[in-house]
Amino acid sequence: MDFLTILQILDSSLRLATPLLLACLAGLYSERAGVFDIGLEGKILAAAFFSAAVAFTSGSVWIGLLAGIVASMALSGLHGLASITFRGNQLISGVAINFLAAGLTVVIAQTWFQQGGRTPQLAGAARFDNIVLPGAESRIRDIAQQGPLGQIYSELISGHSIIVYLALLIVPLTWWVLYRTRFGLRLRAVGENPAAVDTAGVSVVGLRFAAVLIAGVLCGLAGAYLATALNAGFVKDMSAGRGFIALAALIFAKWRPWYALSACLLFGFFDAVGNRYQNIQLGDFVVPVQFMQALPYILVVIVLAGLVGKAIPPRAGGEPYVKER
Amino acid sequence: MDKMPKWADVILIPLISVLLALVVSGLVVAIIGESPWQAMQVMVRGAFGSAYGWGYTLYYATNFIFTGLAVAVAFHARLFNIGGEGQAAIGGLGVAIILLNVAWPHWTVALVAAIVFSAAFGAAWAAVPAYLQAKRGSHIVITTIMFNYIASALLVYLLVNVLRVEGSMAPESARFSEAVHLPAAADFAGFLGFGGSAPLNFTFFIALLACVGVWLLIWRTRLGYEIRSFGHSETAAVYAGINPVKITMITMLISGGLAGMMAINVVMGEAERLVLDFVEGAGFVGIAVALMGRSHPVGVVLAALLFGALYQGGAELQFEMPAISREMVVVIQALVILFTGALDNMVRMPMQAFFLSLRRRREAQAQNSPAE
Repeated sequence: MDFLTILQILDSSLRLATPLLLACLAGLYSERAGVFDIGLEGKILAAAFFSAAVAFTSGSVWIGLLAGIVASMALSGLHGLASITFRGNQLISGVAINFLAAGLTVVIAQTWFQQGGRTPQLAGAARFDNIVLPGAESRIRDIAQQGPLGQIYSELISGHSIIVYLALLIVPLTWWVLYRTRFGLRLRAVGENPAAVDTAGVSVVGLRFAAVLIAGVLCGLAGAYLATALNAGFVKDMSAGRGFIALAALIFAKWRPWYALSACLLFGFFDAVGNRYQNIQLGDFVVPVQFMQALPYILVVIVLAGLVGKAIPPRAGGEPYVKER
Repeated sequence: MDKMPKWADVILIPLISVLLALVVSGLVVAIIGESPWQAMQVMVRGAFGSAYGWGYTLYYATNFIFTGLAVAVAFHARLFNIGGEGQAAIGGLGVAIILLNVAWPHWTVALVAAIVFSAAFGAAWAAVPAYLQAKRGSHIVITTIMFNYIASALLVYLLVNVLRVEGSMAPESARFSEAVHLPAAADFAGFLGFGGSAPLNFTFFIALLACVGVWLLIWRTRLGYEIRSFGHSETAAVYAGINPVKITMITMLISGGLAGMMAINVVMGEAERLVLDFVEGAGFVGIAVALMGRSHPVGVVLAALLFGALYQGGAELQFEMPAISREMVVVIQALVILFTGALDNMVRMPMQAFFLSLRRRREAQAQNSPAE
């Protein structure tokens, strides 16, 4: 395996990690505020469909992105209505949202495009282009001519769509918001002890809705990236469990932003390796591709089993807040 | 003091919630430019209009009774088993292993073995999440989701690399022998008009027996009492000497076993071999069924029947009204989960207010009447 191949795998890890990272940060905001969100998957899917459909119809990927974010936020609003306003079970609400998105996207796609529940292929301005950074090569032949540093720059760092760079920027931003702003302090507090926040005169409902809607925006970005940058169009169930891998990454990262980045990169790497090599030969032993696919989930179970540290969720997670007892 | 009569809680609220779900589904159909009324007629006719329709409706309902009971039993201990999908898949593995490796003389013996193995495999798949919940406090929802994906990857691996018939490209196991063929509806109820193509089979009766079993367990045994008190209040249960680790483990093992038994219907009764993705979302439908059926076996049977009809009717809908995708059934399922589960309080709060005001008026009248 030469250097360029390794770079290519890392490059594709970064691409595949991006939707995971966005969804993982979405979950981070929501769960840090005490609202469990297993509806990440559904929100990604809804955003993927609406961004692709609107991008195709309007011819502009930016309008598509906006539509994806709006769709995802609408589902977030529903989650908030069910789990914050009506104090319903947050997990059941998440399950419902996943199915709602899985069903509605195909039903609407069928009426809209009559292509068996997919959108037409996107091309040109209806997709996010890869950005070639200044001084970088974009063709593989030119990259192969460069020195190692040039290769790293051209292959790994340059040549991604804008959402990849945006997602990477959101990590420090999230850290800053959570740990250096008043809003972040309150957000974390409302996930640990909502009664204290309430006593201080800050609205628990308002904070939780804010967190859930931020999660909607981030899932919207993840879905739009999936359908308009990573792929060229929407197909049925294209989120393919990414919302749940993001959830796994969130636990793996123990609800912290920088660790979320590394967890998502790791899971993206598994995905990239699994895509490139069907079965991996390790001496006499063959690692089947299915093992690579299941690895994120297995790792999370190991973490949850307490074999590697202890993953402690926000204390008030999953509990609707009732003002008076 | 109850805020409202029991019948309102058990019958009226689920009914209103399901009605709301159906109304919103109808709106979705109307928005995509089709007639909800016509769609409804097609679905009802497709599900109940013929013996053929009934054969499929009851076959799907059998699946949903098992997965619904699985979720319901866990709900009684306030555990949310979202892993029915994976437990059923592994249960199917158990059925295939025992039916392929033993030369069974008769289907009755084989059925007993299949029940034991599907339940044991399903329970085993629920055991690790249950242990992690009981001992480590890691959330059962997260672990069971993870186990769904692990089960799916494991099954693909086994079907492609181990169980696949040599020379065949299809990822499925060999066919079971003729001897373990379960009686189909045409065999035991042919007089009702069931044809040879109806997938309904003997497993339906096992599902009904399981309902009776769950009812006895939850409301007529000491263990069931412990499960329910644990679900009502963990601290009170612990104070009463109930061991939370034991109850969590046992409840989840029963739940996983019931989900695993769903595989008897599909793997042994219908496909007669292990095929890829045979669960087809039945594990998740179980959540809707348990919520709608208020975790009671009778409610579970009724809800399973409704969802069986939805699945069969949805298949017919696809033929007769091609503009409506089959995924419409998933939308209805989502709305039922949403309204009966997550938005329960939206219906409940106004109802409670209504019944409270009714009672106040009655009490006021009762106070006034002697004075007259």
